[in-house]
Parts: sequence; C-alpha cells; structure tokens
Amino acid sequence: MGNKPELLVPAGSLAELQAYLDCGADAFLIGEDKFGMRLPGNFTPAEIAEAVRIAHERGAKIYVCINILMSNELLKDLPDYVKQLGAAGVDGVQFGDPSVLQTVKELAPELKLHWNAEMTSTNYMTANYWGSKGASRVVLARELNMDEITEMQPHLQIESEVQVHGMTNIYHSKRSLVRSYMAHQGRVIGENESVGMERGLFLIEAERQDEKFPIYEDRNGTHIMSSDDICILEDLHMLLGAGVNSLKIETLFKPISYNETVIRVYRQAIDTYFADPEAYEFEDAWIEKIRVVQDPERELSFGFFYKEQVY
Amino acid sequence: MQTAEKHIRKYTGKRYRLEKPELLAPAGNLEKLKFAVHYGADAVYIGGQKYGLRSGADNFSLEEMREGVEFAKKYGAKVFVATNIYAHNEDLAGIEAYLRDLHSVGIAAIIAADPIIVDTARRLVPELEVHLSTQQSTVNWQAVKFWKDEGLPRVVLGRETSLEEIEEIKQHVDVEIEAFIHGAMCSSYSGRCVLSNHFTDRDSNRGGCCQSCRWKYDLFEDARPVETWISEEEAKESSVLRQFQLGVNQLPLFNEGDNAFTMGSKDLCMIEHIPDLIDAGVDSFKIEGRMKSIHYVATVVNVYRQAIDSYMAEPDNYVLKPEWLEEIQKAANRPVNTGFFYDIPDHEDHIYEPEEKAMPYDFAGLVMDYDHATGIAVIQQRNHFKPGHEIEFFGPNGTFFKQTVGKIWDEEGNELDAARHPLQRIKMKVDHPVSYFDMMRKKK
Repeated sequence: MGNKPELLVPAGSLAELQAYLDCGADAFLIGEDKFGMRLPGNFTPAEIAEAVRIAHERGAKIYVCINILMSNELLKDLPDYVKQLGAAGVDGVQFGDPSVLQTVKELAPELKLHWNAEMTSTNYMTANYWGSKGASRVVLARELNMDEITEMQPHLQIESEVQVHGMTNIYHSKRSLVRSYMAHQGRVIGENESVGMERGLFLIEAERQDEKFPIYEDRNGTHIMSSDDICILEDLHMLLGAGVNSLKIETLFKPISYNETVIRVYRQAIDTYFADPEAYEFEDAWIEKIRVVQDPERELSFGFFYKEQVY
Repeated sequence: MQTAEKHIRKYTGKRYRLEKPELLAPAGNLEKLKFAVHYGADAVYIGGQKYGLRSGADNFSLEEMREGVEFAKKYGAKVFVATNIYAHNEDLAGIEAYLRDLHSVGIAAIIAADPIIVDTARRLVPELEVHLSTQQSTVNWQAVKFWKDEGLPRVVLGRETSLEEIEEIKQHVDVEIEAFIHGAMCSSYSGRCVLSNHFTDRDSNRGGCCQSCRWKYDLFEDARPVETWISEEEAKESSVLRQFQLGVNQLPLFNEGDNAFTMGSKDLCMIEHIPDLIDAGVDSFKIEGRMKSIHYVATVVNVYRQAIDSYMAEPDNYVLKPEWLEEIQKAANRPVNTGFFYDIPDHEDHIYEPEEKAMPYDFAGLVMDYDHATGIAVIQQRNHFKPGHEIEFFGPNGTFFKQTVGKIWDEEGNELDAARHPLQRIKMKVDHPVSYFDMMRKKK
C-alpha cells in the first residue's frame, strides 16, 4: 500500500478553485494559455499568488502548467513568468519542453518540476531520465494500460501522476484548422465569432456516428479531444494499491457542478480505501452519482486502461 | 501563398556543414537505398526491425543494413537508422543490444525521439551519432541547446519552425539542424497525435498510424445550452437528460455538397526556396517517404541534388530551372506547399477535395546496359510498356530525354509486342546514350 495520493484538479478561476477545494481536491493545476495548454481558464500572476494563499491555508498544493511547446519568441517572456511563480510560492510547474526545465532550475529552483509530455511519457526509464535532470514527477500518458502503469511504479525514482477521470486531448496542431475549414467553405468568420472551447464545436467521423469529438482553437492552435470520458473509479483501488502519487480529474469542458460531484465521489473512494484498505469495496452508488450528471452523449469508459493496442 | 516578400529577405544563419548541406533521403528497403544514393543522396535513413515508426514498411535486417552501408560507402554516403518510437516498458529490454548491433554494421547515426533511447545510445555506443527526431517537436533554441548539451550533434526540428526561427536557432546554438524539405506531413505536432489510437487501437507513436487526419469528418456546433444538462435540479432528475437524443441539438456547420472537414495537409515541397534554406543555416535537407516508390525517391533526390549543387557552386548566378519543377511534379501525388517555413498554413494548405492518390507516372524500366556502337540498351522491365508508348529516360545529374518506344526484343533477339514480365531484360534502341541505373518512366 502506498501513501495517500493527492487528488489533483485543474481550476479555471479562483471561484472554481474554492469550490473544488471544498469538495476535497487537494492539489490544483492552474495557469494561463500563453504558457499552458488546455486549461479551463486563465490566472493572472496576481491570481496565482491569491490561489497559493487560499490553497496553502488549507494544506493544498498549487501547480502551474507551462506545458506549451515554446517558441523562440515566447522564451523571452519565460524567465519573468518563472520568477513570478517562484515569488508567489507556487509548489510546482508542469513542463514538457526542456527549455522550461532549465529556466525553472536556474531561476526558481525551489519549484518542483513535473514532467508532462502528454502522449509521449510512456515508460519508467524515460521518466527516471527526466528525474535525473531535475523532475520530481512524471505525468503518465493516458494511452498506457493498467498493467503498464502499475508495473512501472516500483521502478520509478520519481512520483507518478495518472488521470483517472475526464476528457483527454488526442490531437494538437499549430494550424488553425477550424478557421481554415470555414474559409475554405467561403464562410465569413465574424469579428467576434468564437471557435474556442465555449463554442461547443465537435467532429463526427462517418463510421462513428455516436462519437462526438470536441474541437476548438486558441492561441496555441487546434485541439481535438476524446469522445469519451475516462472513469476509473471502479478500479481505483488498483492505482491506490500500486502507489500512484497523484490522481488527476480533468475538469475541462465540464460545468462546475459536474466537477464538484466527481471530485466528491473520488474523494470519498480514496478516503474509504485508506481508512481500511483490506476492507475496501467499490460501491455502485458512487459511480451512479456520476452517471446522473454525465452528459448522455459522452460515454464513461476505461480509456486505454484495458485496451490492447497494436502497431 | 507565394508572396513577393518571401524572396526579399536574405537569411543569414550559420551553417555547420560549411562545404555543402547534406541531402538526406528515405530508403524503405535495400533497393530504394541504392537508388537514393546513386541519384545523389549524401545520406539515407532507413528503418530496422524494431523501434522504428513505419511498421508497414519493409524495414531492414542487420544483414541488409550491412550491405546498404557497404553500397553507400562507395559513394561516400552514410546510413542512418530511425529508432524514433516512444518506448513503452515492454520495449525497453532490447534497446542496448539493438544499438550495439546498429553500430557494429556501420550505421552512422540513429534518429531518436524517446530520451531513454537517446541516453542509452550516448552511454553505450558513444561513436554512434544520435540525431534528435522531429517526433520531439523541438521548435526553440533553448530546447535545441539542451539536446546539444546532452551530446547530440544534430536536431531535426519540428515542422512548425519557420525559416526565421531556424536562423535564430543557428545564431544561438552551434549544432547541426536538419529540416524536412519535401514530402508528406503530420498536420499535428509530431508525436502529439493519438487519433489512430482512439479510432483503431493502433499506436501512432510506435509506428501504427492509420492516418486518421486524412479521413473526412463532419463539423457540428452543439446547440444545447450547457445548463440544460448540468443544473443541479436536472442533475437530480436524470430522466430529463435522456431526452437529449443524439442529433437533436447538433447544428451542422456545412451545407449539402460542401467538402467535409479534414486535418489532412498538403505535402511539403521546397524546391523553389533552396537558397533561403541554405542561407538560413539548414545543414541537412530531409526528404520524407520511406513508404514511397523507387521512382519517387530517385526523381526527388535527383532534383534537389541539382538545385543544391547549383546554388553552392554559384550562389549569385543561381537560377531555378523550370525542368526541376516539372520533374518534381512527376513524383507528386498530392498538391504541395511550403509548410511553416514562411507562414502558418491556412485554408489553401489543406486538402478538402477528394484526393487523387495515384502518381502520374510509372517506373517502367531500369537501364542495365548500353551499347554505344549500336545504340541499343538493355532494360529491366519494371512495369508494362510496348512499342508506341511515349517514355522518358532520366538519370543522375539531370540526364533526361523523351522518346517513343520502337521495336523491342527479348535477350534472345525475339521481337516482342509488349514488355509484360516483371524484371525481364528487354532490348530496345534509345535516342541518346544512357547509363547503368538510368530510369525509364511512362505516363499513366
């Protein structure tokens, strides 16, 4: 049995953060779209400092997402941002690009570094490699299965984070694919017409009529998201038993009330497990609470936890 | 999106390879390797049996690699191996042995994306160069410097990098930069796409990509106000949610007869911009296409070889030859563009129309021998041809002429009405001298 893992959720605003804190989340991923991708909202540096104050008062952690693929141009603004995060007392930074790792080590070495390369953090040796470079945590790819995740735990020299619930990103391009398509159609895109997250755009592929893949654009390009929501609740004990250090609930594209329900349920399951792991039993009532608020057009699935992938 | 400004700007990135930038070609198998090298590639990249991203390609055994290295050596060319998967736990065990094997058969460099393969190679076989794969999507100078400091002499940049950014990278870091200049492109950041995993359970980052980005999709807008399925009141009464049948509240963002949405990109072609690439400091010009035909490899390599040589010989008198563009077109199966080098691609850079997949030309025959006295060539049949067909001969360094197929004979001298048998040796009179390994193509 491992130590009790943190329950990590992205928050889009201070109000969201406060709400999720009240539901039992004990770590938060926040940031702004200039440096972080696929966040539910933007925090200014001042708001980040306020988030740290609120969270630390309750013993919770604040991590800032800098998972963008940095351009030369953006590198110029990175040092100041990192210094601000250090001064704000942030607990850690999520990074994918080596330039972020180096800048944090140099300018704010007290910040923990969580390596998050999305689809490409797929084995423990690479995670340990980043550990040797200064990372203290790996955010595992959502395309790994349960055996891969649990088997690698004893081999990891750094902490591990696993997404247990919600949507995942399945495609990221620097291109403006929605606007390009509209332009191709000869559609005039209005000055204030949004093709962002709030527009509710989705794709349907000819042979998969019952799957809706959300798509949106922002300053970082085009993002396509999964048509299903991971929900590992039923087998959460396997991750808890294996010693995963952080369990993430993705809050993106969900109303606050939905996220509140999900966070409470996972909180309850985790606490029940750690009260007495031997006696722990999954309760159908927990997942029923989520089913009630689940968008009926989005399947609750095990993601890739039990899928055989070929290549 | 050709604009005049593109050509006004003079790039001044420092090249590492001062003599001449390298022309790097794909080789899906041993035969393609030989064509790539013979037609002018300075280096080729191939896939081995493991750790490569083209599980559908022939891929080389160690013996074939050894033979390929020997062949390339005669031309002063090098062989690189793509070991560019993102490894899972189960892939880790064989890495060390595999890297040792690659080194032992004379491979000059591996192209790796996963840091554990990079790191293992550096520790285990330091003589084997490691080039960072485009799968890492490296697009800024500080990340490039990180990998240089890890002992990598070369970084293959993400395809999202502009010429201006390449120039900046070269100003900051003294490292070889390799850039894709021709061929098909991921429209996503390379490595950051798992469409294939989601649609077909095939892992794109281990070579299983099923090219879902080129499929056709319908784009909709969700017309349900979020509150209709999330408010606390309704949440308590789940039956309310069930009324939202699929399709009821989705507004199509297309009209009857519109082309469908797709992420599919046009192919990259930089033949018109060789001076900019060289001036920006690109050290290695990479052609995509380990799955492509011999005809593609030979044709494309041949053209870029001439353009690079021509600019390096006399930069001030360089002229883009129209026949280069014509030649490149003969090996193209998609419309082309200039990727991210000048601008971020827009609506003119994606393929919404139905795709014409077929190459316009067939590789019809390979010159095996030529008799100067009689003007008769021995041609190895590679595709059907017969008297009366309009054909073209081409070879390295711009050898090129058209003619009509006259009488043809088999090796015993029997006249034939058509060359039907694969690899059959056919004799025919040619209008100009040809050389061993010149190719004969015919329009489809």
